[in-house]
Amino acid sequence: MISEVIPTLLHSVPVDDTWITFDVNSFTQNFWSSTFDGLTFGAIYALVALGYTLVYGVLNLINFAHSEVFITGCYGVFFTLSALNFGPSAPRLGFWAIVGNLILALVVAIIASALMAVIVERVAYKPLRQRKAPRLAFLITAIGVSFAIQYTIYWWRGPSPEAALTMFRPLAIFDVFGTIVDSQQVVIIVAAVILMIATDQFIRRSRTGRGIRAVAQDPDTATLMGVNKEKIIVTTFIIGGILAGAAALFYVMKIPSGVQYNGGFILGVKAFAAAVLGGIGNVRGALLGGLLIGLIGNYGQVLLGSSQWTDVVAFVVLVLVLIVRPEGVLGSSLGKSKA
Amino acid sequence: MSTTDGPTLIPDDASAQEIADREAKMRQRKGWFPGLSDKWNALPRQTQWLILIVVVVLAYLLPILNPPLITTEPGNNWQIALAQMSVYALVAVGLNVVVGYAGLLDLGYVAFFALGSYTAAMFTSPDSPYVHIPYLWTLPLAMAVAMFFGVVLGVPTLRLRGDYLAIVTLGFGEIVRILATIIPAMKGQVGFQNVGHPPGTDSSGQTIFQNSNGTPWYWLTLTIIIVVLLAAGNLERSRVGRAWIAIREDEDAAEIMGVPTFKYKVWAFAIGASVGGLSGALFAGQVGFVNNQKFDIATSILFVAAVVMGGTGNKVGAILGGALVAYIPLRFTAIAEFKYLIFGAALVIIMIFRPGGLLPARQSLLAYGRLAYNKLKGAVGDIPPSGKVVLEPGKGADK
Repeated sequence: MISEVIPTLLHSVPVDDTWITFDVNSFTQNFWSSTFDGLTFGAIYALVALGYTLVYGVLNLINFAHSEVFITGCYGVFFTLSALNFGPSAPRLGFWAIVGNLILALVVAIIASALMAVIVERVAYKPLRQRKAPRLAFLITAIGVSFAIQYTIYWWRGPSPEAALTMFRPLAIFDVFGTIVDSQQVVIIVAAVILMIATDQFIRRSRTGRGIRAVAQDPDTATLMGVNKEKIIVTTFIIGGILAGAAALFYVMKIPSGVQYNGGFILGVKAFAAAVLGGIGNVRGALLGGLLIGLIGNYGQVLLGSSQWTDVVAFVVLVLVLIVRPEGVLGSSLGKSKA
Repeated sequence: MSTTDGPTLIPDDASAQEIADREAKMRQRKGWFPGLSDKWNALPRQTQWLILIVVVVLAYLLPILNPPLITTEPGNNWQIALAQMSVYALVAVGLNVVVGYAGLLDLGYVAFFALGSYTAAMFTSPDSPYVHIPYLWTLPLAMAVAMFFGVVLGVPTLRLRGDYLAIVTLGFGEIVRILATIIPAMKGQVGFQNVGHPPGTDSSGQTIFQNSNGTPWYWLTLTIIIVVLLAAGNLERSRVGRAWIAIREDEDAAEIMGVPTFKYKVWAFAIGASVGGLSGALFAGQVGFVNNQKFDIATSILFVAAVVMGGTGNKVGAILGGALVAYIPLRFTAIAEFKYLIFGAALVIIMIFRPGGLLPARQSLLAYGRLAYNKLKGAVGDIPPSGKVVLEPGKGADK
């Protein structure tokens, strides 16, 4: 690797600073715990990735503002739970009370995210579609909207993350190879997989889903066949928003102090990497890609020693996928997925 | 945006009329300074040169003149503000090659800027354990390093549709900052102090290029901008430039017309990256200190905003946009805190209402194409019997 070559090339003075070190020991020791953690993160990435994948499938557009749709949901969760007196330590509530509160937070997050998604679509993308703007204009607008939202939140809430919120104390559920799997991980993975299956079935079986697939395949023909293209586009943004809102709840559950104005940004890049890895425009691919990115990122983090390596590893995976198999593992097409 | 790549209708008389109408409309919509570029082009060559010389001399005199109202003082030192503005202008010129000419969206341009800065810092700062070389040598080195990474990043992504480049560069922009934080050799927030500077002392034995004195840095950067502008102008008018514009307008059509699109896209990306590296090295020298805090992705968006504001594809506009993006927060310190919000919103508003920016690029390709068409039409009888009409790539590829 280059990183190893440079120091040897420049060996005029003793070099005490290292570039990259591998910690294989820690990796073998923490293999199973990082696997379960990786799957948990992967489930969250997958939910966000769906938002990218659906919009890309229908509009051929990377919706950079989707990470802000997601972070809006996080603020929804934060404000709801703060109002319900959740704090840094686990609440002393009964099981059903906690479930009720979390469902309320979920609903608020979903509404906030879906609303933000629709606003972004109406304010930023629709005027461009009407003007038949070139592709580049869409991408520039997307990144502009993303930053405008991010720094509006910055203006409002300041640079530091919000106070931590613990939803419940994770309980040990079962033991795999000496590693404990807790209730938090199980809740996140199971709920995310259920949501993904529901989305997949919705796209495959419902009338609206058929409309989405039709517009993804050929917008002009779909319009001729009586599909209301504008309505389908808004619906797609709403579905993406709903899933981002759900992801927001799980994200705050997993990282209690992760609500920050730019908290969604890097997660967005990783979720997009997940969508590309699975095959962009492919609903099932998003699930697979999300879980893979979560796993690979977490292994990289343990192997290389700092939590920030996850981002680097996910990025390298994205570039490698683009070199080796740009259509992704499961192939990319929303329009061609079978009914 | 149409998502189909279906066949387009063969242009008949009606659609030809439509095209002519659209061109007429484009000519009417000339950004915020209507008719400026037409007036400029109508001037005789000598007058153009005269005006240019006056403008350049004025630009060199700016730090000494310190014009009231325009100056950033008392909030910020005017000479240092000028030095920063010139670095941003250089960045915008480089990014304009990528975004403006070739139509590739590079959202991680700050990464190349950072690579240039770190190259300059790691080869000149006493904090770095590696070989030390004179500062001026780091300028070409920074260009080479940035260009190398540009090619490494560009080759896998530029084969695909343009959107992937946007997200990959976005990721790359963030990754370079993260790597600067987590790789011990790059010293994270501690950074590198006392980055080198060009040699030379004045009559009293003082170093000319001091970090606290922006004037010599401004003059150095301005000179480099002029050199880069001349080079970029020549490229723009050459076969390469026409190929870029053809790619920007319609990549599929360019490919069919025989333009090796991939090759020219990599060229645009690599040239842009090297200018980014160069400006990064200048920035490191002027500030004298490099750490991981200055290269966040938000800065990258400021760079894109600079190019878009100035007018994508117009190098004079890029200089103006770059200087403005640096100038506005320094001059109006009250709104400096909201600069990302302002420029983010500006991107959306410009794209929706005035996609041309301040100084829209001339539709030179359309003009060339029409010219060629008219010439051909006029010279139908003169075509040699072999029927060999040499069409250079780019010409006429838009229709």
